[in-house]
Amino acid sequence: MKIAVCVSHVPDTATKVKIGEDGKTIDPNGVTYVINPYDEIAVEEALKTKENFGGDSEVIILTLGSDKSKETIRKALAMGADKGVLLKDDNQRDSFGIAKALAEEIKTLGCELVFCGKQSVDYDNSITGQLVAEMLDYSCISVVVDLTIEDNKLTAEREIEGGKEIVESEMPAVVTTQKGLNEPRYASLKGIMSAKKKTIDEKPAADSENLTEVLKMHLPPPKQAGRILGTDSSAVPELVKLLREEAKVL
Amino acid sequence: MANKILAVLEQRDGVLKRSAFETVSAAFKIASELNLEAEAVVVGNEISNINDIGNYGISKVVHLKNADLANYSSSGYRDAIVNYATEVDADYIMLANTSLGKDLAPRLAVKIGAGCLMDCVKLDTTSGELTATRPVYAGKALVDVKFNSGKKVITIRPNVFKAQSTDDSSVDVTVKEVSSPNLKTRVVEFKKSEGKLDVAEADIIVSGGRGMKGAEHFNLIEELADSLGAAVGASRAVVDAGWRPHGEQVGQTGKTVSPSLYVACGISGAIQHLAGMSSSKYIVAINKDKDAPIFNIADYGIVGDVFEILPALTEEIKKVKQG
Repeated sequence: MKIAVCVSHVPDTATKVKIGEDGKTIDPNGVTYVINPYDEIAVEEALKTKENFGGDSEVIILTLGSDKSKETIRKALAMGADKGVLLKDDNQRDSFGIAKALAEEIKTLGCELVFCGKQSVDYDNSITGQLVAEMLDYSCISVVVDLTIEDNKLTAEREIEGGKEIVESEMPAVVTTQKGLNEPRYASLKGIMSAKKKTIDEKPAADSENLTEVLKMHLPPPKQAGRILGTDSSAVPELVKLLREEAKVL
Repeated sequence: MANKILAVLEQRDGVLKRSAFETVSAAFKIASELNLEAEAVVVGNEISNINDIGNYGISKVVHLKNADLANYSSSGYRDAIVNYATEVDADYIMLANTSLGKDLAPRLAVKIGAGCLMDCVKLDTTSGELTATRPVYAGKALVDVKFNSGKKVITIRPNVFKAQSTDDSSVDVTVKEVSSPNLKTRVVEFKKSEGKLDVAEADIIVSGGRGMKGAEHFNLIEELADSLGAAVGASRAVVDAGWRPHGEQVGQTGKTVSPSLYVACGISGAIQHLAGMSSSKYIVAINKDKDAPIFNIADYGIVGDVFEILPALTEEIKKVKQG
C-alpha cells in the first residue's frame, strides 16, 4: 500500500513574529524553518503503519512550497520515509489551494492512506487534512491520539473538549495527527546518510484559485506589565481583593 | 428573496452547547448588517433546549433529525447539512470553532464550493462585504481576511462573540427527518475525562509549569482550581516531562485559550506559552524569578515561592467564596 504524508515547512515555534514588507506575511529574515511538529507525528505514524503492514508498503512525503521546503522533506526521509515529492509553488496559497494540489498528487500516486498533522503552527487553520479527504471522497478522522487499522477498517480516538471520541471509519482515509499519538523517532546517522540518496520528485503544483485572501497581517496590541503585589503569601489577600473588585473575575 | 446565512448549532447529549447561542447571535448580527435571512440548523436526535434559540434573534430553526445522528458522524452531519444548505441555497454557513466545528466546516466548504475562514475573532461588514480577523502563529499575529468565493463558510472562536438575548423570543422549529444517514465515519463511544473541566472551554484556568518541581506537587494546582471552579492547565515542559496529560497543554503546540482569568504558577513564560494564553482577560503570575517573562504580560504578580503562596491563595479563595 502507498501511504502519503503531507508535511509543511514552518517557522520554528520559538520564532518572534515580525511583519514582512508586504504587510501580509511574516518577515522571514532570521527565522528558522522546521518540519511542522504535528507533521512529524504524522510521519512517525506512517512509518509505524508501514512496519505493521509489511510487504511492499511505501511512505511518500508530499510538500507544497519553494525549494527551501526540501529541507523538511529530507528530514522526513531521514526518519525513514521512502521518497519525497515537492509540489513547487513560490506563491502564497490558501488552504484550498494547498489541499487541491496535494489531493491531485495523492490521486496520481494512488495512495489509499494519508496522514497530515492536525494543523500547521503557522496559519493554524486545522483544515488541510479534511479538505484533501473531501476533495478525494476519502473518509477522514481528525485530531487522532490513538489509531488501529485492520483490514479496511479504522478505529481511532479523537481528542475533543472534555474527553475522547472513539470513531470508526473505512479506507481509503485521511488521518490528522495530534500530540500523544506517538513519540516521533529521531533520525539516525544512517538514516540521515541514506536520505541523501533518496529521490525527491519535483513538479509544479496543480493550479488552483485561492478562495480566501489575506488583506493584512498585524500584531496584537502589546500587553502592559501589571503590578507586583509582594514576595510571599502576605500578598494573597490583596490579590484576591483585586480579582474581586477590580478585575471582577471571582 | 434575501440570501441566507445558516448558523450550525452544536449539541452534545441532546443539549445545545453554549457556543451554539454565540453562533446564533453572531449569525443574526451579520444577517442584519448584510441584509441576509438568518436560520439555524441543528443535527441530532432529541434536543431538549432547542426552543431557547428563540431568545437570540433567529426566528427559524431546522432540526435535521435521526436517532443514528444523536452522536457526531462527520459523514452523516456533512451530508445532512449540505443537503439542506443546497435546498435553501445558503450563501453563508457559520459554525463555532470547536472540535466538531473544526472537523465539519472544511467538509461543508468543499461540498458547497465555499472558501473557509476558521477561528475568527472579529467579523466586520463596514465595507459592505464580510471581512474577518483571525489569529495566526497561535496568536503571535492576526490577519484580516476576506472571501474570494460566492459561498462562504466561517467558524468563530468560542468565548469571543457574546450570546446576545433579544426581546422577541418566538421561534419556529421545523423537524426534518433524515432518511438513511451516511454513517461511514461515526462516533461509537465517548470517553469523558474524569469529570474535569477542559482548558479549551473553561472560564478560569490554573496552570502549572516546571516551577512545580514534580507531578506530585500538582495537587496544589488542582486544589486552587477546585476552589475557583477552574480547569487545570500545564506548560509544555511539564507535559513533555510526563507530569501532566497533553490535553492540558496550553501554548503553541497545545491549546490556545482566552479565559477571563489565567493563573500561571511556576511558569516562566516561554514565547510558545505566552502565544497561547496572552489574550486571557486577566493574568496572574506566581513565580520566584522576578525576571520571568510571564511578569511582562501579567496583570497581577507575586514574586515568590509557589509552595508557600498556593495553599494560602486556595484558603483565601475558599474563605471569600463562603463569605
